Amino acid sequence: MSDHNQPQDTLQEVKDIRQMMERSSRFISLSGLSGIAAGIFALIAAAIARYVIFENYYNDYNRRGGFQDREFRDLKVQLMGLAAVVFIAAFVTAFYFTWRKSTKQGVSLWNHTSRRLMWNMLIPLVAGGFFILGMLQYNDWSYVSPACLVFYGLALVNASKYTLTDIRYLGYCEIIIGLINMQWIGYGLYFWALGFGVLHIVYGIVMWWRYERA
Amino acid sequence: MLKNPITGLNKVFDNRIRLGVMSILVVNDEISFNDLKQMLEVTDGNLATHLVSLEENGYIKVHKGFIGRKTNTTYSVTKIGEKAFNDHITALENMIKGMK
Repeated sequence: MSDHNQPQDTLQEVKDIRQMMERSSRFISLSGLSGIAAGIFALIAAAIARYVIFENYYNDYNRRGGFQDREFRDLKVQLMGLAAVVFIAAFVTAFYFTWRKSTKQGVSLWNHTSRRLMWNMLIPLVAGGFFILGMLQYNDWSYVSPACLVFYGLALVNASKYTLTDIRYLGYCEIIIGLINMQWIGYGLYFWALGFGVLHIVYGIVMWWRYERA
Repeated sequence: MLKNPITGLNKVFDNRIRLGVMSILVVNDEISFNDLKQMLEVTDGNLATHLVSLEENGYIKVHKGFIGRKTNTTYSVTKIGEKAFNDHITALENMIKGMK
């Protein structure tokens, strides 16, 4: 290493430096496959939610011609349960694919880059979570879907400084969809399916194609 | 100081581990000993020796702290260190340009 007579030595040295700088400042093991999996779960969940809301709840509502407190409460419990299951399923698969990719790359999953990424993503996400829980507490369901999309988009834009920068564009798209949803209240489920389902799948495929296709 | 007369390369950075430490520190505010060890895949003793030599050159700063009872030593780059590192990179780039 002490002589720099060989061109390839110098080139290699610059490559090593660049790799070290990249590796140490950004968490690059997020897998595109986890995006695809999350998107599929979201679409399935949206389909189930649609069935539960329109087939079960509104049919009963129309047949009886009246609104019953208990049924609405049941619906809320069902939807919250569904949301929790999807979230856990998406999280577990994301973790699995990322763990697999990081093992392949030979980097550890829990280091200062992943910690920093997680922390910076969690700030807007947790704030959004409590915000939405607050809306549910006041029985206001209209803005749940746009709020989910906007806060998630902001979390991604914030996270993009600490991982592959491409995720920033996914964040922009989620924010835009959330804001459009704001003007079309009542179609939240479809916007939600577009933002969390379709976009995740598209993003996952693009990322996998660019960085992981071996 | 410590410059290779022909190429302008910094001799302190001749060593791969010292160069690695500097590469990591210029893009991170503060890094712990354990994170450095993990990223560079080196032993405690080896890393410690190189960190001491970088500190003696005034290129890095050491902060000793505690997490609970365990010591947590972190490192950051100094102004001098950043300049030396950038000069070294420029010299490398010039060499590559000259070879083409």
